Amino acid sequence: MAVALLFALLTGAPERYLSAANLRVVLAQTIIVGLGAIGMTLVMVSGGIDLSVCANVALTGVIAALALRDGASPTAAAALGVLAGGVVGLINGLAITRLRIVPFIATLGMLGVARGAAKYFAREQSVNPPPTWLNGLAVTFPSHAWMVVAPGVWITLALAVAMAFVLRRTVFGRRVFAVGSNEAAARACGIAVDRVKIGVYAVGGLFFGLAGVMQMSRLRQGDPTVAVGVELDVIAAVVIGGGSLSGGEGSVAGSLVGALIMSMLRNGCQQMGWPTYVQEIIIGVIIVLAVAADRYRAARSLEG
Amino acid sequence: MAKRFGATAALSGVDLEVRAGEVHALIGENGAGKSTLMNILAGAFPPDEGTIRLDAREFAPRNEADARRRGVAHIHQELSLCPHLSVAENILLGAEPSRSGLVDFEAMESRAAEILGELGREGLDPRRRVAALGLPDRQSVEIGRALAADARLILMDEPTSRLPRESVARLFEVIDRLRRRGLAVLYVSHFLEEVRAIADRYTVLRDGRSVSSGALSDVTDAELVERMLGHAAAPPLAMSARRKTGEVLLETEGISLPPRLVSASLTLSRGEILGIAGLVGSGRTELLRCLFGLERPAAGHIRLRGREIPAARLTSRDQIRGGLGFLSEDRQREGLALPMSIADNVTLTRLDACSRAGWIDLGRQDALADRAVRPLRVRAPGPRAPVVRLSGGNRQKVAVARLLHQDPDVLLLDEPARGVDVGAREDIFREIAALAESGKAVLMVSSYVPELLEVCDTIAVMRRGRLSPARPASTWTAESILEQAVGSG
Repeated sequence: MAVALLFALLTGAPERYLSAANLRVVLAQTIIVGLGAIGMTLVMVSGGIDLSVCANVALTGVIAALALRDGASPTAAAALGVLAGGVVGLINGLAITRLRIVPFIATLGMLGVARGAAKYFAREQSVNPPPTWLNGLAVTFPSHAWMVVAPGVWITLALAVAMAFVLRRTVFGRRVFAVGSNEAAARACGIAVDRVKIGVYAVGGLFFGLAGVMQMSRLRQGDPTVAVGVELDVIAAVVIGGGSLSGGEGSVAGSLVGALIMSMLRNGCQQMGWPTYVQEIIIGVIIVLAVAADRYRAARSLEG
Repeated sequence: MAKRFGATAALSGVDLEVRAGEVHALIGENGAGKSTLMNILAGAFPPDEGTIRLDAREFAPRNEADARRRGVAHIHQELSLCPHLSVAENILLGAEPSRSGLVDFEAMESRAAEILGELGREGLDPRRRVAALGLPDRQSVEIGRALAADARLILMDEPTSRLPRESVARLFEVIDRLRRRGLAVLYVSHFLEEVRAIADRYTVLRDGRSVSSGALSDVTDAELVERMLGHAAAPPLAMSARRKTGEVLLETEGISLPPRLVSASLTLSRGEILGIAGLVGSGRTELLRCLFGLERPAAGHIRLRGREIPAARLTSRDQIRGGLGFLSEDRQREGLALPMSIADNVTLTRLDACSRAGWIDLGRQDALADRAVRPLRVRAPGPRAPVVRLSGGNRQKVAVARLLHQDPDVLLLDEPARGVDVGAREDIFREIAALAESGKAVLMVSSYVPELLEVCDTIAVMRRGRLSPARPASTWTAESILEQAVGSG
């Protein structure tokens, strides 16, 4: 809220920045990072990290586009993309637990493999599928006016609520927290830590796969070179939202707010006509400040 | 039962019998094999020979979780809780009450409250986050978890070593409740008085063997010490044999670091061992940390060799250059680089002694480390052994050896013999006395009063952040120190 108001004033045209039209733009732009942040929240609460998000998004976008081009129904193509993301995550989880590779390295490897696979499947060029209703998922103005915002925004919100529920209320969710908080303790208490981790990366992968489908929908094509660096935006969103790289902390709502803050900053900078390097510097500073503020709060709450 | 690690046999022939409804004390020197034995019982690794029976059935756990499932719970010295989760979630971790995958928080909290009630800890709110709890409460949570898992045997590894004195009585009450419920408790401790207060029977381990066991009421402390050492205990070290004290090295006036430390003034001379007594949390550690530049005092003066050191520009780096050495009470986190070798740890504060133009001469480093370690009789395969493989007492000896290598004029020692057995304690204090003899000045904090009376020339007592004037050790008694510390005198 504070950020929105700040920018509203800075742009000198608050009514334009806060107009329904502009907010729709911001929300539509947040879908991909937002979905990624939901999956990443799960991964980071468990004490892990997934660097392969961008490659996963590119690969699953390409796969969905190829399926459409080869005559699959839009639903089947989207499902295929999401599932492919899950498989990528599953492989990450297996590498981390079975081969005992730290998540940073395992997913760094997957970053290369999945990006290469995307280019191979796409023959190193964009895949142009025939237009379907999938293209309407992440548009700024939905075809049905009663939806107000893009269907992708509603999907993201619904999945966020579902994930928040899973993390807070289910046995699986609480075990994810336990693993991230103290893995040795969780193991000693009979929690199947490896299975929890595999589940975490696989479910995270499903979300990245869905983000890939949204990416394809926005571009109206499967581009194997797209989304470079998006994993850092996703991690930043989780961290701004209170997640910790050392696990045990984080909330879906916080991560979504983090993703939204970054979109609003970008949008605000564009409105003011600032060059992209200004956006990059501001977002960098915000990430560091958010974490510093969080540490300060944590230190104070422990003393009190 | 036997266990070997590589070439070193950690255990060779241990017979141990723990009965239901008893607290059984496991005592022995550092490196005697107590921790190894605990770890085998807890399922961390299997024995090479021998068998374990639990309730008359063969017990060969595959891992810690398996051991816990079959009724053996291990309360680690470094507790193993999930700080981000609530008390209730920690107690029922891995056994959460649930309905079709959803956690039943209501059932979980009432079950946790019930368990805490059985431990006499009704006051602990099951919904609080463990991160917000102090150490004594965390320990109750961990014991509660053992109860929740229906443990028959609870292994406790020096549960009081990190507890403030005031909480020990409460822990003992909890242990007593466990005993009355018919559980067996295997209790490792270095303090014979503590063992006497809580345990029924004992087993002494020495060099990986069980050498003696029976009812505690049938043995004297002297006999127990003799069995631990394998020989009669040396007569009290005549360390307080008056040393000549020389010039004043360190002087402080009104050092304060609110809220813990209010005002501390002292003078420390060459050849003097000044002991600081007081309760845990009375500000003793803060004083040492201020002197060494780890904290910046809010007020007060520090003079080193007569030269005033401005508090605002106090750094550890300068204090080391000025001839100060510091032994932290927390060797795990602050004292040692555990994965690194003994030689690396010992020479860390003064690497230039074994390096030229930035290159370390490994042979020389080994030799120097060996020289610092030898008088302390560290039990280790060699100077290249990683410190993490040593027992607690030997780790502490390595931390002390680092000070020997650094060769400072003023030694600040915070609990130099914490968690250390009789033999290692003797080695460490003999070396400290020798240092004073050679003209060093020693400032030593200890929670164990007999130790201060035995080793120090002068003693001052910290009470609620205020340091009393120092008096010759011979004018203090254990009672007068305690009175001064708790404030009834």
